[in-house]
Amino acid sequence: MFKLGLLTAAGYLVPKNGLSQVASGGLPVSPPTTPFVEMMPVPPIKETLDGLDPPPKVMPQAGEGRTRPHQALEMFPPVRFAEVHQREALHSFHPELPMQTIWGFDGMFPGPTHVCRYGEPYLVRNHNDLPEDNGGFGLPSVSTHLHNSHTPSESDGFPCDFFEHGQFYDQHYPNVLAGFSKQFPPNGDPREAMSTLWYHDHRVDFTAQNVYKGLAGFCLLFNEHDTGDESTGFRLPSGEYDVPMLFADKVFDPEGLAFFDLFNLDGIIGDKLTVNGKIQPFFPVHPRKYRLRLLNTGPSRFMQLALSDTRRPQQILPLMQISNDGNLLPRPVEVESIHLSVAERVDVIVDFSESAGRSFVLLNRMEQINGRAPTSRIMPVGASDAVMRFDVVLPPVADSPPLPEHFYDLPPTNANSPEVVARRLFRLDRLQGQWTVNGRIFDCETALVTPREGTAEIWTIQNTSNAWQHPVHIHFEEHQILTRNGQRPSVVERARKDVTRLGFGETIELFIRFRDFLGRYPAHCHNVVHEDHAMMMRFDIVP
Amino acid sequence: MKTMTRKTALAALAVAPVFGYLATRKTTETKPATRPIRREPFRAGYFPNVAMQTHEGKTVRFYDNLLKDKIVVINFFYSRCGGLCSPVARNLAQVQKLLGGRVGRDIFIYSISLDPGHDTPAVLREYARNRGIGPGWLLLTGRPEDVELLRRKLGFTDPDPVVDRDKSQHAGIVRYGNEALQRWAACPGEAKPEWIAKSILWMDWPKAMKKGA
Repeated sequence: MFKLGLLTAAGYLVPKNGLSQVASGGLPVSPPTTPFVEMMPVPPIKETLDGLDPPPKVMPQAGEGRTRPHQALEMFPPVRFAEVHQREALHSFHPELPMQTIWGFDGMFPGPTHVCRYGEPYLVRNHNDLPEDNGGFGLPSVSTHLHNSHTPSESDGFPCDFFEHGQFYDQHYPNVLAGFSKQFPPNGDPREAMSTLWYHDHRVDFTAQNVYKGLAGFCLLFNEHDTGDESTGFRLPSGEYDVPMLFADKVFDPEGLAFFDLFNLDGIIGDKLTVNGKIQPFFPVHPRKYRLRLLNTGPSRFMQLALSDTRRPQQILPLMQISNDGNLLPRPVEVESIHLSVAERVDVIVDFSESAGRSFVLLNRMEQINGRAPTSRIMPVGASDAVMRFDVVLPPVADSPPLPEHFYDLPPTNANSPEVVARRLFRLDRLQGQWTVNGRIFDCETALVTPREGTAEIWTIQNTSNAWQHPVHIHFEEHQILTRNGQRPSVVERARKDVTRLGFGETIELFIRFRDFLGRYPAHCHNVVHEDHAMMMRFDIVP
Repeated sequence: MKTMTRKTALAALAVAPVFGYLATRKTTETKPATRPIRREPFRAGYFPNVAMQTHEGKTVRFYDNLLKDKIVVINFFYSRCGGLCSPVARNLAQVQKLLGGRVGRDIFIYSISLDPGHDTPAVLREYARNRGIGPGWLLLTGRPEDVELLRRKLGFTDPDPVVDRDKSQHAGIVRYGNEALQRWAACPGEAKPEWIAKSILWMDWPKAMKKGA
């Protein structure tokens, strides 16, 4: 207790941890900030519209940065619309740091939360109003990826489909389940439902800078089971009890302005953890169940999160993990901690009902001293980084019902099924300081592989290094890990994912389908610094 | 004991704004004035103003003469590198052609030798002649400790000490940036020359600042 209090009062995460890289280069160490002085904000829900002027068209319009026709606009005509402006704004990360310029969707960090429903196609008119004369990190040229929706290629935010200052881009989200066109017509495979998505800039070579500058937010996708209403369907905590939490670690210069190390190609570790844009905030809660949607946006940090009672720090509050990369698991699983690589999402149900009057610190127990990989050490509770604090101080209210015992079954992954038409090997490697996949450098124009639409493949991904770790993200359909280093993975990790961590020297074998839409998609390391230095490959889904 | 007092005080603070729960977001709607670009701390952190010798035999200061107010392309190489450095050198020669008259006007290419003991200005001059290196592209050498400092500051390093000692491992990356805008990025030197040239132009001056416009 004493140690925890001392460390957090000092305002650093852990003074001995996470600072060596920047400190050794003569680069900034963040000024101290007092923890738990500001309430964690919850991003507002994005308001939707009944239409747009001019209306969206299949072919790109005047002023639009899109270069290809919409392939599914007429099949899934949008019933809801939104208009988003990416722009500069002033933001406060902490009351003891100055107001400063960020880039945000609608001028906010995190951006507004899009709330979508399966069966309700959605179209977002996405404007690039970022300043052309930006100084410092960030490039006012963008491509927005909705991670990891079942989106046609031209709306997916392919890194090289970027658009410039003054342009807009209509992004069409059919909100349809995978497999709708052939295997499970007309509505797709219900086992492929997704819940917690996020959107972020994906501009080739500048993703790390632009996301660090604030271009990220949540998108929640509901259906008839995960309804967004705790009195129906799975009856998961909803409304103000359903809380998205976006983690981002940052470094601030001596003047307190966010600093991005533009000359670091290894990966960037911030010494300040922010949650929904605030450094070490607090969040008052009622004594009842909450659904927390946890998202690690990096740039490069691996997290291991646990909730510890401030009065009895060794007492870890159990969490019910209900999802993996935003996909509901077959059943809730009780865990003591949550592992999050960059871009991974996990939804947990936390039950504060027995905890009125108590406070819980959310700890990051993963030791990481540079952007390459975490050390293998899980820090003791008393020496872990305090991310934020929950205070169970709000009055008692009605609780949501007990959790269901079952969500969705997993889609089958039979390697001998006729749908599996190819096995491929991808080796993540490094040559003369350049990242390579199978010895090749990323090229916007060239697909490394061309899976056929309507088929499945088994991919083996190898991390040849014992010095680096890589959270690998494959766009489009979710995949399932068959083996990790030849072993069957844990029940949680076996479920559908879109980001798979490759530890030192690890080999992953996964099952992935390519259905419904055609065109180019990337697969890449989601340590966004690695991603920006070409640790990426393009695959094209072909007829 | 002091810690406890502080925590108690913070807990009290935490309770106070509870009734403001719904007013959770405060981001100003007003457009901020463009922040003046603070070049000095950036320069001090990354760009040591060391003396370098060009293949043309001139002595120049790294920041004052080579970076300040320019769009620049920087890579590391060495003349005895052989086949390993050739693809990047060939690519940069193409890039120089693709960027046309701007190279030498407001865009400059710098290739810094990792083998300064061997790569004297005379050796570099010979290397430049054999490869058709034109105006606006300088091959640079200097004191070994200065070259090493530049390599570290500009991030041409590897965390593995064995790899870091292997000069050829630093010859694959091409950095590009606009010093005045403090806009910087990097790409693989073995990317297509058209792509490298396009990347460099992402650093171009905003319309309002365009030189000669």
